[in-house]
Amino acid sequence: MKDNAILVIVARFLIPLVMLFGLYVQFHGEYSPGGGFQAGVLFAAAWILFVLIYGLETGLRVIPLRVIYSFACLGVLLYCSVGLLGVILGGRFLDYQPLLASPQAAQQAGIILVEFGVGVTVASVVMMVFLQFARRRALSQAAGLELDQEQDRS
Amino acid sequence: MSALSLFNYWAVIGLMMLGYYCVIVRGNMIKKIIGLGIFQTSVFILFISAGKVLGGSTPILREGVSVYSNPLPHVLILTAIVVGVATTAVGLAIAVRVQEAFGSINDDDLDRLGYDSQDEDAA
Amino acid sequence: MNLTELMPFSVLIPLIAAPLVALLPGRVAPWLVASASAISALAIAVATWIGVSQAGVLRYAFGNWPPPIGIEYRVDAANAFVALLITAMAAIMLIWGRATVNREVPERQGAFYALFLLAVSGLLGITLTGDIFNVFVFLEISSLATYALIAHGGDRRALLAAFRYLIMGTVGATFLLIGIGFLYIMTGTLNMVDLAERLPAIGESRALQVGLAFIVVGLALKLALFPLHLWLPNAYTYAPSLVSAFIAATATKVALYVMLRFIFTVFAPEYSFSALPLAMAFTVLAIGAMFAGSWLALLQDNLKRLLAYSSVAQVGYMVLGVSFGTVLGLSASFLHLFNHGLMKGALFVAAGIIFHQTGSVRLDSLRGLGRVMPWTLTGLALAGLSLIGIPPTAGFISKWYLISAAIDAQQTWLVVLILLSSLMALAYIARLVELAWMQPRPADAPQVSEAPIGLLAPLWLLVLANFYFGIDTRLTVGGATAAAEALLGMGG
Repeated sequence: MKDNAILVIVARFLIPLVMLFGLYVQFHGEYSPGGGFQAGVLFAAAWILFVLIYGLETGLRVIPLRVIYSFACLGVLLYCSVGLLGVILGGRFLDYQPLLASPQAAQQAGIILVEFGVGVTVASVVMMVFLQFARRRALSQAAGLELDQEQDRS
Repeated sequence: MSALSLFNYWAVIGLMMLGYYCVIVRGNMIKKIIGLGIFQTSVFILFISAGKVLGGSTPILREGVSVYSNPLPHVLILTAIVVGVATTAVGLAIAVRVQEAFGSINDDDLDRLGYDSQDEDAA
Repeated sequence: MNLTELMPFSVLIPLIAAPLVALLPGRVAPWLVASASAISALAIAVATWIGVSQAGVLRYAFGNWPPPIGIEYRVDAANAFVALLITAMAAIMLIWGRATVNREVPERQGAFYALFLLAVSGLLGITLTGDIFNVFVFLEISSLATYALIAHGGDRRALLAAFRYLIMGTVGATFLLIGIGFLYIMTGTLNMVDLAERLPAIGESRALQVGLAFIVVGLALKLALFPLHLWLPNAYTYAPSLVSAFIAATATKVALYVMLRFIFTVFAPEYSFSALPLAMAFTVLAIGAMFAGSWLALLQDNLKRLLAYSSVAQVGYMVLGVSFGTVLGLSASFLHLFNHGLMKGALFVAAGIIFHQTGSVRLDSLRGLGRVMPWTLTGLALAGLSLIGIPPTAGFISKWYLISAAIDAQQTWLVVLILLSSLMALAYIARLVELAWMQPRPADAPQVSEAPIGLLAPLWLLVLANFYFGIDTRLTVGGATAAAEALLGMGG
């Protein structure tokens, strides 16, 4: 669809905005509405829009599948290691108090880190869910397995 | 307490029946997943509507607000929604693979293919 | 670090190891890390068990938020007992399962083991948590991982089994969520102890009754209580051997445990049994399960499906113990929960070895196999003896306690039914033995050899455990009694 000028222009305008909004939701999540889940989905939505416009190969050149997969795992690991950090510093799992001296700053830092892990994981998992379905279609089309009606639609 | 004051429960019950009926009656896997989604959504509405306090504001700390809705159901349901999305994704992924392996995602066709018969040996 | 601080790590270690394992390439590293994390979870579960038997109750508040606000893990004898079974099974199965996974899931083993660890930590989370919403979340974590694991089965029908389980399991979990919603709306809390304190004050309420009904039905689906067992046989039959063995030994048991936790701790037993005709319903359904399951098991010509139907029957025994509503009945349930995990684990491990060596688990292919693979088939037959309930096996002990509980509850007629359904178990196990030893090996049968020691050792460990716990019952009977008392004591 990258030949359609309207789509390309609108997407060029929209994708950075959606990503920026995703980041805003991510980093204001600790004391206003927002957080990792919403931000992750927003970020992934921007990427999916990019793939819809520019095609799967271009999308995968930006972020290869292997990287997305690793980010999904690393996000969970970030979450868990923040949790473990609390234990190592003498608190309990997911206890943010020991992280910093001031309790308010500690809570804020802990939540931002944990939510960042959540955001990374959610974004990459949503991207991966989309990708696996889209790629499967491309693979089966290449193998000539695709049903006729679906070829018509594309 | 009039019947209308409980309309959220009526909506929940309606959606719940609709979704569950869809899960039971439809033979198509995708439609079953859609039904399951509606069924789960009805429960989400049950939780969220229970968290609303009449006349209450959004549960954000600010000046001049003393009555606010219960935020906990929203947080719980956020988790449940994620679970629901994951269920849908797994269900759809299995449906795609069933389509590839059997050439159909319709219960009737699959039954005819001998899903429950045992003559096809485990590979 | 004292035991209370250590306790939640039996859930956290597999949970943290899962993304790590998913990142590891190749075949050896994921398996090593997964096994190591399962073994350390087992060690912590053992430590927790010791701690609970000394201190009574261990409580751990996550993030140091005190319980009604935060999520707490609350472990008493009942959870610790079930956690012990889950971690032990996970560790043994993982060590055993490497060869079978290499054969059945040749690619992307990192993801496979990660899913397995998620299923383990989900089941453990359900067991240890003291928060009812947390139960739902962990139930879904373990269920989703299990659906994906079942879909890994080599047979294409594994996909259909996984899908059917997904639909029925999600409906069950959503029913549980509805019930939790009713409880939350009525009390404003999700903490089990808090609920147990607040619920009696509400008294007779239709909403609570409906909530309890939703919870019981939803968990009965997960438990595969007859007639809600339809997902189970195909799921167990087509799943990869490692997955069948693990979920057959643990998944339904955890569902039973949560159901008991709701009936006996969250709601007081007096309330549960008077608000709903639970005693009546459980008795009827348990008898239905015992006979329908055993009867269907007799008709199967696939070893794994036979064992799956036998699981349906065995769930009947566990629920029958609950239906008495007495300490004795409940301890019989817990005892059978543990012992059945041991024997079904052993049987499915044997089935997995047979599949690994011969490539088939059809009963036809068992013909004369006893002489070719004596160690495997002897293990299968001995675990079968435990399933029937012949002394001195663990199965005998649990049937013995179940029968004493029935007599104690003045339901002597049930003794006859328990014995009758045990006779049916005898029939299907005898059929296996007859096929394996009395019949000649067909001339056109493929050439097979005895399994390597690495596969046999875990099988024999489980088989010998069946005999050990049939003779030395201190851990099992003591644990089950403590578990039953913990459940009944807290709510009352």
